[in-house]
Amino acid sequence: MSPLRKQRLAAVLFILFGSGLTIGVVLFALQENVDLFYEPQKVVGGDAPIAKRIRAGGMVEKDSLVYEPEGLGVSFVLSDLRGSRFEVRYKGLLPGLFREGQGVLVVGQLDTSRVFYAKEVLAKHDENYMPPELVGMGSES
Amino acid sequence: MTTSTSDVLTAKYESLDATLGTLWGAGPEIGHLAAIIGLVAAIVLSVLGHVGAATRRRSWVENSGSFAVLQLITLVVAFVLLVHAFLKDDYSVVYVVSNSNALLPWYYKVSAVWGAHEGSFLLWTLIMAGWTFAVAMIGRRLPYQIYGRVLGTLGLLNTGFLLFLLQTSNPFLRLVPNVPTVGADLNPLLQDFGLIVHPPLLYAGYVGFSVAFAFGVAGLISGRLDATWARWTRPWTNVAWAFLTVGITLGSWWAYYELGWGGWWFWDPVENASFMPWLAGTALIHSLAVTEKRSAFRSWTVLLTILTFSLCLLGAFIVRSGVLTSVHAFAVDPERGVFLLVLLGVTVGGSLALYAIRVPAIRGRIAYMGLSRELFLLINNALFVVAVAVVLVGTLYPLAYEAVTGGDKISVGPPYFNRLFVPLMGLLAVFLALVPVARWKRTPIRLFRQVCWLLLASMLVGAVFFVVAIMSDRVLNIGSIVGVVIAVTLALWLLLSHSVDFIQRKGARPLGYLGMLLAHIGFAVGAVGVATTSVFSHETEVRLSPGDTVELNARQYHFVSVTTVNGPNYIAQRAKFDVGGISLYPEKRNYLARDSVMTEAGIEPGFFQDLYIALGEPLPDGSWGVRIQEKVLVRWVWCGGLLVCFGGLLAVMDGRYRRLALRRDGLATAVKAA
Repeated sequence: MSPLRKQRLAAVLFILFGSGLTIGVVLFALQENVDLFYEPQKVVGGDAPIAKRIRAGGMVEKDSLVYEPEGLGVSFVLSDLRGSRFEVRYKGLLPGLFREGQGVLVVGQLDTSRVFYAKEVLAKHDENYMPPELVGMGSES
Repeated sequence: MTTSTSDVLTAKYESLDATLGTLWGAGPEIGHLAAIIGLVAAIVLSVLGHVGAATRRRSWVENSGSFAVLQLITLVVAFVLLVHAFLKDDYSVVYVVSNSNALLPWYYKVSAVWGAHEGSFLLWTLIMAGWTFAVAMIGRRLPYQIYGRVLGTLGLLNTGFLLFLLQTSNPFLRLVPNVPTVGADLNPLLQDFGLIVHPPLLYAGYVGFSVAFAFGVAGLISGRLDATWARWTRPWTNVAWAFLTVGITLGSWWAYYELGWGGWWFWDPVENASFMPWLAGTALIHSLAVTEKRSAFRSWTVLLTILTFSLCLLGAFIVRSGVLTSVHAFAVDPERGVFLLVLLGVTVGGSLALYAIRVPAIRGRIAYMGLSRELFLLINNALFVVAVAVVLVGTLYPLAYEAVTGGDKISVGPPYFNRLFVPLMGLLAVFLALVPVARWKRTPIRLFRQVCWLLLASMLVGAVFFVVAIMSDRVLNIGSIVGVVIAVTLALWLLLSHSVDFIQRKGARPLGYLGMLLAHIGFAVGAVGVATTSVFSHETEVRLSPGDTVELNARQYHFVSVTTVNGPNYIAQRAKFDVGGISLYPEKRNYLARDSVMTEAGIEPGFFQDLYIALGEPLPDGSWGVRIQEKVLVRWVWCGGLLVCFGGLLAVMDGRYRRLALRRDGLATAVKAA
């Protein structure tokens, strides 16, 4: 083979090897770090897995927010306004735009009694903006 | 919402009536008209530039510059009139009433112009016109076919952008006859110094890559992608890249102090949207170096100009169509999404088709792939392209997943990005440290010996650092300490190898070289900041009443009091915390017009650490949820970004670009004289 061809072959092999490796690693990392989103209906109905990191969302029910007397624990109820509702417990600061009657996303795990233990609570940052996951649910506000 | 010119004219007369014929009253209509004239100028510019170059009509090309001027003037007029509508609280304009309020301080009224979709896109087209104008002025010495095609391509792009603006996002739209009396106010998150400067700088970067793209297209059509072409393209690319760098850095800083989490990067889709063009742009400026110096990588470089700008357009699509979950996204509007997707498709498809047709004709010179500087720059490009792919997949995977599964929604978390990105950057740092010794064509092995000693020295320092970190009584996971130690060692190695090269270098040290050093050292500084702040920062969330004290990392935080403070358009609960000899004042603000609550963190910035206190919500018994953080070396993250930006700008000022302009000037004069 001429040096030119040799170099081209090396380049092609390098690219093939590199992109193959990249794709493999990317797919592996994706598998590990993807959170599935579940609507309240699926959380209640049992489609959502127990003790696995998932995302869920819904409207915070009016008058459902309860602060524990000590510490930063809170609990509230998320609903889809169509009858499915589940309890969320969270320890930490709620985001500034968290409000009853508004949509929020929670990230965390369900326990066996289908209570959602949230690690993160995300609220909308703007009243015109609705997380796409919640768009189908309609809103009171 | 389509508005035809006749509608505009009708509205114009109505408003003239209503405002007793004062000229200012018709400001929005004049602004709209100006934008339309700007569109016409862009169309004429594209025709004169491209057709003039293709049919060898030199005069057409030479006259196209005046339309670049006209385009800039009309868009400045349109923009100023929109600013004026904001300053005068002209609530008959839909965009003003939805994003401003009489109580807003004047500087936020001005920045509210680019606080939402329509106005920010007007700014986008204005900046586009600004770049076009700059190319038209500075690029006069280019061969006229290149000049015409570059300007023509820029004109085509702004034609698309202005059509999008006028068709789907007209900021001058009136709401008559029932004019509201109260403005809905600017999103409180955006009422901040960061928002005044962040978007214009970011857009300057985004849009600036259109110049590199235009040079790529012009080079492809003309079949001219040689070292001279690279030398023309490089300064423009560097400036755009520097703008994007500082824009992203400022955005990160803004998120840090405004969102109240103390985080500075969230791998949010919109952040990724700006990060992808930056990564591709970084590959591009390095690839351009090889094309300029060695005439190699030509077809790859021109492909990168297309890729980089396509990622800018993809970013605009992600942000403005609302297809992805993001805290930054503008309101969802399918019509805009479709329009932008078409724009993206035409630009990417057209330029790639052109590439496919023309590139076989471009003969590159074979690069020396021994242990050479070419090889290092190739590795740089490979790593950055992989980084782009990683971010792209992570950003778009939720969309693809939803489409494939028929509606199942997922999100890709930061761990995905961190796990892939951190090793990539580590690998990059290794090669970066070797850069100063690498020579074009072939590097004598002996040059590597010294740099190996430097590595050894850095590793010694790293080992000491490791022991100190382990001995300190904090419970830390060994893995993350090892991570920081590796980062610090590599950063130190990089710093040493670059410094030693600077000292030992014989002969001149041109600005291009100094810019390279500065940017690489900026990378090292940023890497140390990122690694250290992620691992060594302290954080606690507690429930505190005024009078309470809490300890974090041997520091006493005393919660003194909460008082109510009235701002111009908000009421704040301002807490006072005493820490050592200093006081911090975090606030919880209620912005009245939107009744929305914002956190204003109290920050004591420092070179080595920031003290950061953010208030949560008031609890029923009068106590507060409080987040207290010590962010170690967090400022280094942004210092690094700024150094990188300055490095890029310094390289642009290198004498050889000016010499090039002068030489062409001299040539032209000589020809004229003859």
